[in-house]
Amino acid sequence: MTQAEPLASMMIVFYAMIGGAIRVSTPFLFVALGECLTEKSGRINLGLEGNLILGAMTGYAVSYNTGSAWMGVLAAGGVGVVLGVAHGWICKLPKVNDIAVGLAFMGLGTGLAFFFGKPYIQPSAPRLGSVPLGGWSNNPQVQQALQINPLFFIGIMLAVFLWWMLRNTRWGLVIRVTGDSAASARAMGVNVDMVRLLATAAGGCLAGIGGAFLSLSYPGSWNEGLSSGQGLMAVALVIFARWNPLRCVLAALLFGAAGALGPSLQSIGVSFGYHFFNAAPYILTLVIMIASARSRSAAIEAPRELSIIK
Amino acid sequence: MTPATLSGISQHPDRAMSLSTQQMTKSFGALCALDHVSLNVAAGSFHALLGENGAGKSTLVKCIMGFYAADAGAIILDGQRVAMDSPRQAQMRGIGMVYQHFTLVPCLTAAENLVIARPDAPGIIHWRTELRRLEAFMDRMPFRVSLNRHVADLSAGERQKLEILKLLYLDQRVLILDEPTSVMTPSEADEVLTLLGGMAQRGEITVLMISHKFREVKAFCDSFTVLRHGRVTGTGSARSATIDEMSHMMVGETRLRARAPRKSRPVAQPAPLPRLTLDAICADDQTGRRVVDNVTLDIYPGEIVGLAGVSGNGQSALVEILSGQRPLAGGRLLIGGKPFSPCRTDLDRYKVFGLPEEPMRNAVVPRMSVAENMAFRSFDKPPIMSRTGFISPSRMRAIAEQLIARYNVQTASADAAIETLSGGNVQRAILARELSGQVEVLIVANPCFGLDFASVAEIRAQIMDQRNRGAAVLLVSEDLDEVLDLSDRVGVMSAGKLAAVIPTSDTSRAQIGKQMGGAELKPDIRHPGDSHARVS
Repeated sequence: MTQAEPLASMMIVFYAMIGGAIRVSTPFLFVALGECLTEKSGRINLGLEGNLILGAMTGYAVSYNTGSAWMGVLAAGGVGVVLGVAHGWICKLPKVNDIAVGLAFMGLGTGLAFFFGKPYIQPSAPRLGSVPLGGWSNNPQVQQALQINPLFFIGIMLAVFLWWMLRNTRWGLVIRVTGDSAASARAMGVNVDMVRLLATAAGGCLAGIGGAFLSLSYPGSWNEGLSSGQGLMAVALVIFARWNPLRCVLAALLFGAAGALGPSLQSIGVSFGYHFFNAAPYILTLVIMIASARSRSAAIEAPRELSIIK
Repeated sequence: MTPATLSGISQHPDRAMSLSTQQMTKSFGALCALDHVSLNVAAGSFHALLGENGAGKSTLVKCIMGFYAADAGAIILDGQRVAMDSPRQAQMRGIGMVYQHFTLVPCLTAAENLVIARPDAPGIIHWRTELRRLEAFMDRMPFRVSLNRHVADLSAGERQKLEILKLLYLDQRVLILDEPTSVMTPSEADEVLTLLGGMAQRGEITVLMISHKFREVKAFCDSFTVLRHGRVTGTGSARSATIDEMSHMMVGETRLRARAPRKSRPVAQPAPLPRLTLDAICADDQTGRRVVDNVTLDIYPGEIVGLAGVSGNGQSALVEILSGQRPLAGGRLLIGGKPFSPCRTDLDRYKVFGLPEEPMRNAVVPRMSVAENMAFRSFDKPPIMSRTGFISPSRMRAIAEQLIARYNVQTASADAAIETLSGGNVQRAILARELSGQVEVLIVANPCFGLDFASVAEIRAQIMDQRNRGAAVLLVSEDLDEVLDLSDRVGVMSAGKLAAVIPTSDTSRAQIGKQMGGAELKPDIRHPGDSHARVS
């Protein structure tokens, strides 16, 4: 901080926090929406961390090879679908525990990404463009902070769509029925395993897209430490959002803001406790897990078929 | 718009269909569950399917519903032989079933449950239109359920009504009901059965009801079929057959153990102290709702206090408190005037024993052996535990074998997993564990639920026996007849509150039924403690 008024630097931190929250929250949002959908159908996919990382790698590689970042996003979604289908298919075998399978898939996705991703650490791939929302300000820092990736808006629209779909469509009700009472779903003639497989596949797709955001927008390159557990924190985030897609947006923004805390303080020159502030999302995760363990409303709204609830 | 046009699936939208099975046979491994069963339910009749547990009733209706594929035999619907491969297909043909476990989805509202049950549920649901139609449908039904409430918030009786409404909404013309009234108050049950009987009489529906309750069969059904060990042992008109005839068809030549007679208490004794006291106890469920609300009750030695009530009114929670499964949110428990907390030490010290409901969940560990399950109260004491602190499996087994013989538990061996036993034998094994020693306080919840006649008689006799030997017995049961039959005093739980407890001789079925529905107790009833000399 130089001679500039403290107010201005406060504002810069504020805008950096908002912009950072939006940037950091986008992958959270996609993974959380995917996990929310999967959990609504009564299954937990802890492997979304693997989807996220493999999606990031694939997105980057495809973007590099085709020259189109959006092709990369599509490919990342496709890889997510493949992992999701595999998870769903294995889980429908008798006596398979979805949590254990999820952990295995987390390792598998990460391992595959590291294996195939080695050649892509150095080269630079085309990135996703941004929508500048800071044009009203003359401050370049504000303008820079408000460069918003279109995926963020897609994520928000998706959240609204999922929220609407779960209440107002037959598919939505079928997913909720399956997640709340498999016996009832079977009595209705619903193929429970198929619903869950599709929900896991769709969830996997969203997580893959979230991964593409990591490598193609922010931070915007492929390396092995890219995700740092965001796929796992999204599980906590879904519990915090009480399985409501709209609340997932708010929760993702909150996590995003926590994640942006360190970098935005650094942007005005506060380097003290940088690593501590970077740990904010993890601390937040712990706090949320403890708080929601006592939460009665979470107990009511949890899909009853979830293996962690039973 | 009628439900028929809404769903548009029934071939005969306006009339009931007949349903019969011919020579239906189904085996599960070595067990022959159905042995050439022929059932005839005329169109527009109200038919009762009677039989003990394990007689094959559920297997038969599950074959009809397409859950199981029968090994041999045919299903004839409205004179035509039909194949039933899945419940969905049965539904398409107009056969609907209300299962003993609910098929409603708790987190959905009543309206959502109804709409999603429709095979032609629209891809995108316009709730305003659907709700208007549902309201119109409800208006034509003699009983209704609030549409916008979540099923989780409905009482068990309301859920059962909603299950039946769902079938009618889906325009099912053959209704199969599996013990539909077990969770209803007597007046609710009468209301629902009267309605269904009326619809059957008008030729709108055909009803096949699995029941244990002869009273309902006599009052509402036209005809009945009895199954025993997978065979039809009798069929006839429910109007002309007597209850004795029907029960004989059900149990055959099985000799029922006579109930231990109720011994009257010696009068000359000094006034007794209450053995078990519940002092203003409260409990909450996990969502923070108060499920036991300020319940106060004294139980004296040598009496059975029966708590009646529709399930879900706090009785289960009350029993869970007493067995240490649920924390107290307020109030205290006393035994013989001393504070009692339901932990292992106190249960042993005060000789408190229990027969909890759903024994497979609350009283045994299904995969542990019969011997181990029987040793739950004694494994850490001599003679099973030696002085060195080790458990002796051979002694545990020897004791279990004695108990198995004494309580007539039918098991392959003492080492068999207890989950391989039938419900009656599980309950006998628990009786053996809990009642073989000195019992001061006995907590019993729905002890005979789902058991066959012989077991029921035996278990009730054992409970009465404990009372006669001086135990203070709390009996919680959804079976009103059981409560009235066994209890010295009765109380009714409704919405977590306990109405005044009065001597059984001073009350009646009708009055208790009213209280079960939540009616206030009339103030002119005698004081609850009148039958006992109260300690001043």
